[in-house]
Amino acid sequence: MTGLLAALGRPLLAVLAAFGRLAIYAAQVMAGLLRRPFYSREFLSALLNVGWLSLPVVGLTAIFTGGALALQIYAGGQRFNAEAVVPQIVAIGMVRELGPVLVGLMIAARVTSSIAAEIATMKVTEQIDALVTLSTNPLKYLTVPRVLAGTLTVPLLVAVGDIIGIMGGFAVATGQLGFNKATYIQNTIDFLETADVVSSLIKGAVFGAIATLIGCYHGMNSGRGAMGVGQATKTAVATASILILAANFLLTSVMFGS
Amino acid sequence: MITLSHVTKSFGPKQVLTGVDLVVPKGQSMVVIGGSGTGKSVLLKCILGLVHPDQGTITLDGQDVEKAEREAFLARFGMLFQGGALFDSLRVWENIAFRLLRGPLKLPKAEAREAAIEKLRRVGLTPETADLFPAELSGGMQKRVGLARAIAASPEIIFFDEPTTGLDPIMAGVINDLIREIVTEMGATAITITHDMSSVRAIADRVAMLHGGVIRWEGPVAEMDATPDPYVQQFIHGRAEGPIAAVR
Ligand SMILES: Nc1ncnc2c1ncn2[C@@H]1O[C@H](COP(=O)(O)OP(=O)(O)OP(=O)(O)O)[C@@H](O)[C@H]1O
Ligand SMILES: [Mg+2]
Repeated sequence: MTGLLAALGRPLLAVLAAFGRLAIYAAQVMAGLLRRPFYSREFLSALLNVGWLSLPVVGLTAIFTGGALALQIYAGGQRFNAEAVVPQIVAIGMVRELGPVLVGLMIAARVTSSIAAEIATMKVTEQIDALVTLSTNPLKYLTVPRVLAGTLTVPLLVAVGDIIGIMGGFAVATGQLGFNKATYIQNTIDFLETADVVSSLIKGAVFGAIATLIGCYHGMNSGRGAMGVGQATKTAVATASILILAANFLLTSVMFGS
Repeated sequence: MITLSHVTKSFGPKQVLTGVDLVVPKGQSMVVIGGSGTGKSVLLKCILGLVHPDQGTITLDGQDVEKAEREAFLARFGMLFQGGALFDSLRVWENIAFRLLRGPLKLPKAEAREAAIEKLRRVGLTPETADLFPAELSGGMQKRVGLARAIAASPEIIFFDEPTTGLDPIMAGVINDLIREIVTEMGATAITITHDMSSVRAIADRVAMLHGGVIRWEGPVAEMDATPDPYVQQFIHGRAEGPIAAVR
C-alpha cells in the first residue's frame, strides 16, 4: 500500500516541483522586466521573429480553418434548418476559441521550438557562460526580450488570425454556399461583442507569454550535447502546447463559464 | 591575488576536483597543465562562479567569490573559453566589442568598432574579418576572436583556456607573445591552460600541474625542468611510460 502511494506520489511530486521551478523562473522574468538594463536590440529582433515572421503561418492556418468551419456549420445547421447561422457561429468560433488556440499552437510549434533550440545550443556551446563572464545576465538578455515580444505580438497575431479566419468562412460561404456578401458581413459585425474580441486578445497575450517563457526555460535548462538540445526542444514544444490548451480551458471557464 | 583552498567538485559519482589548493599572485602568469579530462576547465569555471564547488573556498583579494557582488566581480575578468563560445548571432566585431556596446563601459558604436578592429589586429586577423559571422571562420580564427573578446575591455584578470590549440606554430607564437605582453605591460593576472610545452615556457611565471583532482606540483617555471616529480617529468616530456595512466 505504501509502495503504491510512493509510486504514485513520486511522479506527482516531480510534476509539482517542475511547476514550482517554472513559477520561480516566471517570477524572475517579471522582476527582470522591471529592472534595467533593457536590451532593446534583442527586443526588436524578437518582435520580428515572434511576430512578423509568424504572419504567413498564422494566416494560412486561419484561412483554412475558417473555411472548413463554415462548411461544417452549414452541414450541421442543415439538419435542423439552421444553416443561416453560419456567419455568427464562424465569428464566435474563430474569435473566442479557434483563433487564439490555433495561433497559440502554431506559435508553440514555430517560436517555442526555435527559441528552445537556439538557447539550448548557446548553453551547450558555452555561450551562456560567456554571457555571464561578460557581465550580462542571460535572463535579462535572452529571456526578457523574447517573453515581452511574445506577450505583445501574439495578441496581434491572434487578431489577424481571427480576421483571416472569418474571411476564410466568408469566402466559402459566399462562394460556395450561396450567402449574400453584404448580409454575411453585417451579421458577423452585429453578432460579435466587445467581450469576444477582448477575450481573444487576452488569450493571445497569455499564450504568447507561455510559448516564449517555456522555450527559454527549457533552452536554459538543456542537457549537454546535441542530444540535450533535441530533448530540450521536444520537451519545450510539448509543454508549451499542453499549457496553452490548459490555459485556454481555464481562461474560457473564467471569462464565459458564468 | 586568487586563492583556492581545498576546492572539491564532483559531477554525479565522478569526482573531478578532490581538494585543490592554489595561489595565483597578482600580476603573475600562472599556467595550469595536466592531462585531458583532469578538470582544468572546471577549475577556471569554479573561480568565475560558473560552476559551484561542492566544498572549499575561493577568494579574490581576500574576498570570498561566492559572496562578491557578481557584476562588479565579473567586470574584472576576461575569459577565453576552450571552444571559443562566440555568439553566433553577432558579427565578429560585435562579439569582440560586446562589453563596449553595453553596460558601464559603453562607447559610441564607431569607437567600439575601432577598438574591436584594433584587437583583431593584435590576434593576427585582418579588419575584413570584423563583419563576418563566427560560423564563417575557421576553428583557429574563432579561437583568436575569442581571445580578442577576452582582452577587449582590458580586464585585470584573464583566463585563457587552451589559447593555442588549433593554431599553426607561427600563430601560436604570436598568441604566446600577446599573452606575455598583456601580463608584463598591462600588469594583468593570467591563468592559462595549455598542453603545449613551448607555450608553457613562453607564457608562464609559475606552473601548476593538476592531476588526480589535486595540484600535484606548483612552482616557478624555471624549476619545472629540474623537479624530480615523476608526474611532471612524464608530462613535460610526453612519455607514455610513467605514473600517469595513458587510459583515462
Ligand atoms: N557540466 C558538467 N557536467 C558533467 N560533467 C562535467 C561537466 N563539466 C565537466 N565535466 C567532467 O569533468 C571532467 C573534467 O572536465 P574538464 O573540461 O575540466 O577537463 P579538462 O581538464 O579541461 O580537459 P581538456 O584538457 O580535455 O580540456 C570531465 O571528465 C568532464 O566529463
Ligand atoms: Mg578543458
